[in-house]
Amino acid sequence: MVDLTKASPLGTYYEHCKRGELAYQVNRDDGNAVFFPRAVAPGGGTNLEWRVSKGLGTVYSTTVVYYRNEPPLNVALIDLDEGFRLMSRIEDIDPTHVKIGMRVKVRMHPGDEKQPPYPVFTSAGGAK
Amino acid sequence: MSLKRGSIAVAGVAESDLGQVAPHTSPIDLMAQASLRALDDCGLKVSDVDGVLAAATQARYAPGQICEYLGIKPKYFDGTMIGGSSFMTHVAHAQAAIETGMCEVALIAYGSTQRTVSRAAASPREYNPFETQYRPLLPISAYAMAAARHMHEYGTTREQLAEVAVAARQWALLNPKAWEKEPLTIEQVIKARMVSHPFTVRDCCLVLDGGGAMILVSAKRAKTLKKPPVYVLGVGETMSHVSISNMPDLTVSAASESGPKAFRMARLKPADVDMLSLYDAFTINPILFLEDLGFCPKGEGGRFVSGGAIAPGGKLAVNTSGGGLSYCHPGMYGLLVMIEAVRQVRGECGKRQVKDCEVALAHGNGGVLSTQCTVIFGSDKTL
Repeated sequence: MVDLTKASPLGTYYEHCKRGELAYQVNRDDGNAVFFPRAVAPGGGTNLEWRVSKGLGTVYSTTVVYYRNEPPLNVALIDLDEGFRLMSRIEDIDPTHVKIGMRVKVRMHPGDEKQPPYPVFTSAGGAK
Repeated sequence: MSLKRGSIAVAGVAESDLGQVAPHTSPIDLMAQASLRALDDCGLKVSDVDGVLAAATQARYAPGQICEYLGIKPKYFDGTMIGGSSFMTHVAHAQAAIETGMCEVALIAYGSTQRTVSRAAASPREYNPFETQYRPLLPISAYAMAAARHMHEYGTTREQLAEVAVAARQWALLNPKAWEKEPLTIEQVIKARMVSHPFTVRDCCLVLDGGGAMILVSAKRAKTLKKPPVYVLGVGETMSHVSISNMPDLTVSAASESGPKAFRMARLKPADVDMLSLYDAFTINPILFLEDLGFCPKGEGGRFVSGGAIAPGGKLAVNTSGGGLSYCHPGMYGLLVMIEAVRQVRGECGKRQVKDCEVALAHGNGGVLSTQCTVIFGSDKTL
């Protein structure tokens, strides 16, 4: 099991993000992808292995948020091809043009002094 | 050991003052006011209460805070806090406590001043390193994505979502305590200010102050009190996730488990239900819950609510109070969801009364479709 006095699941994830990698875990006991990163797998397994996603996925659902006095903002749930889901946004296209089933690819947003780098997506062309 | 159908009954229910309360009113003031009114409803006194169950976003130690305020030293207390459906779990836990003799008179209480202090102050969100940076407008955006997925998979339409809000408004116009007083059309819902696509502000529940209370006792004791007992026939509690990113299927809520559990205990089926009180935080909720609780097949909820089917005079009475959409939504709405169901079984609902209402189902929802809890209430004829 991970030694939480040495490294945390979120800390390890952030280290990957800083290298431009979207990392996830696989439970070696059953082969299932695990996300968000954990010290213990769902069901109690401790045989978790870190992997780097190829970064290709499909939009599972999407919304456009209308904050007052701001441009519309996309928020979406993305199913990565490796079998895990995360929240993100699709950039570089009109938020209202993001559709369920769209193929997307990851890009690392640089973040800032408070926010570590985090994955966003752009259109990969096509739909599923 | 399992809970016994009809072993306890609701003896008293009440709302606190609702809507907009005076500056500096506290959530506990509203809890206390509702508690006293619920005790008056059944003819009991504060000194009779020996079990206290409470939850509130503005009171981390809710059971202790209402006990401190009212001077109660409870034998049994429970502060289960799982969002808006907390109070349905409180009913189940009160039933276990009363059945096993841990208490005799259980008080469930809630209060919120979210309209006065603002939602941001009343329910600050915890930081989530996998969601917060994307700035979803929670909880609205989570439900909006469930609606978008339901529309994508099942062809549910924008108009069908709006039907839910219009039906709620029509019921609200029959309820003197409802916040909304003006009629609403499908077109008005769709053309209202967009908040989180596909939801406009009219797809979203009200943001109001308010609270409520419920008194539960054994079935035997309930018969000796002022009002006709409303029996707890079945309960079902489930939770499936906390963050919307972790909800397995956005078109299927855990009501698909809590409903069957409650029906099994009640030895009833959906066709036996005369009235439903469904937690309508957003217009997609009743559509999902009608499907998941077994009132229509999965994917048919949008078509089911069309043509005024759940409005006054429709084929199924749903959210007769006007719901969280048009009656009152004080942050966590689950207790008010049950109070309307209890009043319908008692026959106290005036112009909005459902004829011969013997069985009422109250369904609570918490978080972002996260916790789902169902309670089935019945009159003495159902025992």
